[in-house]
Amino acid sequence: MSENVLEVRQLKKYFSLPRSSGGTVHAVDGVDLTIGQGEVVGLVGESGSGKSTVGKCIVRLLEPTEGTIRLQGRDITTASRRQLRGVRTEMQMVFQDPYSTLNPRMTIGDIVAEPLQLHKLARGRELDTKVAGLLDKVGLASHLRHRYPHELSGGQRQRAGLARSLSVEPSLLVADEPVSALDVSVQAAVLNLLMDLQRDMGFSCLFIGHDLATVEFLCDRVAVMYLGRIVEEVNTTDLFRAPKHPYTQSLLSAAVVPDPKLQRTRQRIVLQGDIPSPINPPTGCTFHTRCPVAQIPLCSDTSPALTDVTGRSHFASCHLITADGTAPDVTHSQTTENAWSKN
Amino acid sequence: MTPRLAVKDLSVRFGTDEGEILAVDRMSFSVEPGEVLALVGESGCGKSVTAMSVLRLLPSIASVSGSILLDDTELTTLSTAEMREIRGRDISMIFQEPMTSLNPSFTIGFQIGEVLRRHEGMSRRQARERAIELLELVRMPAPRSRVDEYPHQLSGGMRQRVMIAMAVACSPKVLIADEPTTALDVTIQAQILDILRDLRARVGTSIVLITHDLGVVADIADRVEVMYAGHKVESGPVDDLFANPQHPYTVGLLGAVPRPDLAGGIQVRLQEIPGLVPVLRSEPEACVFAPRCVRATAECREAMPPLELLQPRQHAACFHPGSRVADYSEGVSA
Repeated sequence: MSENVLEVRQLKKYFSLPRSSGGTVHAVDGVDLTIGQGEVVGLVGESGSGKSTVGKCIVRLLEPTEGTIRLQGRDITTASRRQLRGVRTEMQMVFQDPYSTLNPRMTIGDIVAEPLQLHKLARGRELDTKVAGLLDKVGLASHLRHRYPHELSGGQRQRAGLARSLSVEPSLLVADEPVSALDVSVQAAVLNLLMDLQRDMGFSCLFIGHDLATVEFLCDRVAVMYLGRIVEEVNTTDLFRAPKHPYTQSLLSAAVVPDPKLQRTRQRIVLQGDIPSPINPPTGCTFHTRCPVAQIPLCSDTSPALTDVTGRSHFASCHLITADGTAPDVTHSQTTENAWSKN
Repeated sequence: MTPRLAVKDLSVRFGTDEGEILAVDRMSFSVEPGEVLALVGESGCGKSVTAMSVLRLLPSIASVSGSILLDDTELTTLSTAEMREIRGRDISMIFQEPMTSLNPSFTIGFQIGEVLRRHEGMSRRQARERAIELLELVRMPAPRSRVDEYPHQLSGGMRQRVMIAMAVACSPKVLIADEPTTALDVTIQAQILDILRDLRARVGTSIVLITHDLGVVADIADRVEVMYAGHKVESGPVDDLFANPQHPYTVGLLGAVPRPDLAGGIQVRLQEIPGLVPVLRSEPEACVFAPRCVRATAECREAMPPLELLQPRQHAACFHPGSRVADYSEGVSA
């Protein structure tokens, strides 16, 4: 791969809590991430894993606590607001909620035109043509440009959000759960659109999501996050075919498949408990409190490093993956405990 | 077997400033004891309104017609006081948003106990002990200390467990679960689905599961009713319906979900269903799905297809049924 569009090194983001409660939230705790030219990378994890915080740090909507962020080779970690203005034409973000991310007082046409005007990329008739072209590209009928956001459906709003983000032709698009708030059939349409646009315009994309099937459908490579760290990262095919980390294995087995025969016969691992608090994350491997195969004290004492476990760029952080890349067998460790039988 | 809950010709209309809206149109379904029935559809299809009307929880602007039988009791004609006796005891409900459906100013033990004090005449102390048992039942960690906590001290998954504990406190005959796992993470969703499964097996509760997630349906439902714009468009046993869907809307819904495990891992495009769900003002005279349907013909735009038995146990309301994948590639914007 020639030049990476995005290079994130040891990104950390801590939030201090008010003095009354005290403590620090370790939202992101040392994340490395690179995205190549035209590559679509998925960042998955449950709520509280820090995936959205990573996205917001990259576009500098949040100030990173530590680490570096390089966009097109340029360090933007500490770029000033003024300097960031130039960077914004290179990276854009699409948000989850299409209802609150469009200005309700502006028409769709004005919303899409605004970045072009701010960055002085077009004016007058040229601006007009560009906006019309963008709306057409995202599949919005031309008469909708005079409408206000509240007059549009969720899917249409998300299309407008995409048109706005892509108006400046960024090299990186950070998409934070862009389809989670939409109905299934609309989701399908927006995912198809995102895929088409990516293929046509060639931008790189960080796709943040919790739905594994969506990520598998769209992404070239996937990073799995748990409590502020990446626990596994590999190309999409290998992640879904041969997950190594016990957390990834559990996550994949917990996702439901819309096929009754398959869903009811496949081996499921039901993790116990909730994701621990990032205020006092567990010691050692942060997953050891829920891990069905954790070996105490090894896993609770030492934090495993993210290493290439197969020699083919399959990164995972788990003490129990053997030197030849064999993953711990999570499925057979499961004790099916039935709460009803205790009564 | 006589059904536990039988809904017949249920119609729900809302009077609004912009005229009347027909949210549910002549919907019928029934649930056997111990059965899990899924009502499936996208937002605006009337699935939640159907559930709310069974419990008589709709606001006064709604006018409901039709019959709702719980065993031998007709619920639509009960007085408010009589209905209150049934709610929480014979039929209970789990809502999607566990945060907004718990009272923030009372402990969860008090809220679970309220059901027991109201319906079972338990004392405060008895109700608290039973609440702890119920929290154990829904696999709440450390139930004895959690029982005195307030909703804001709990995670989303734990709150949903409290909701379930409340709903099953009196071992209801019917449990209506409206998107019970939608707001939750997948690992928590798996836990909640397991709890519902156990509940059905142990107490014999019938479950009406309202969801848009076809994966959840595949996991837990016995039978499925697919709804579109207030109408039932297809129904059948879960295996048959997924393997051999008949209505083009069902076919479209199944095709819209990313399934990279099919097609050898290379899925090129998802199926789109162009257009929007219509808002009905009056009883439609044509097929409600026709404007978005690629199979639609003149017949579909002139008459309403009746719900017909097409496969041994599968009904669909369509003049052109069949499981072939419709060609939606020439899509309009969604």
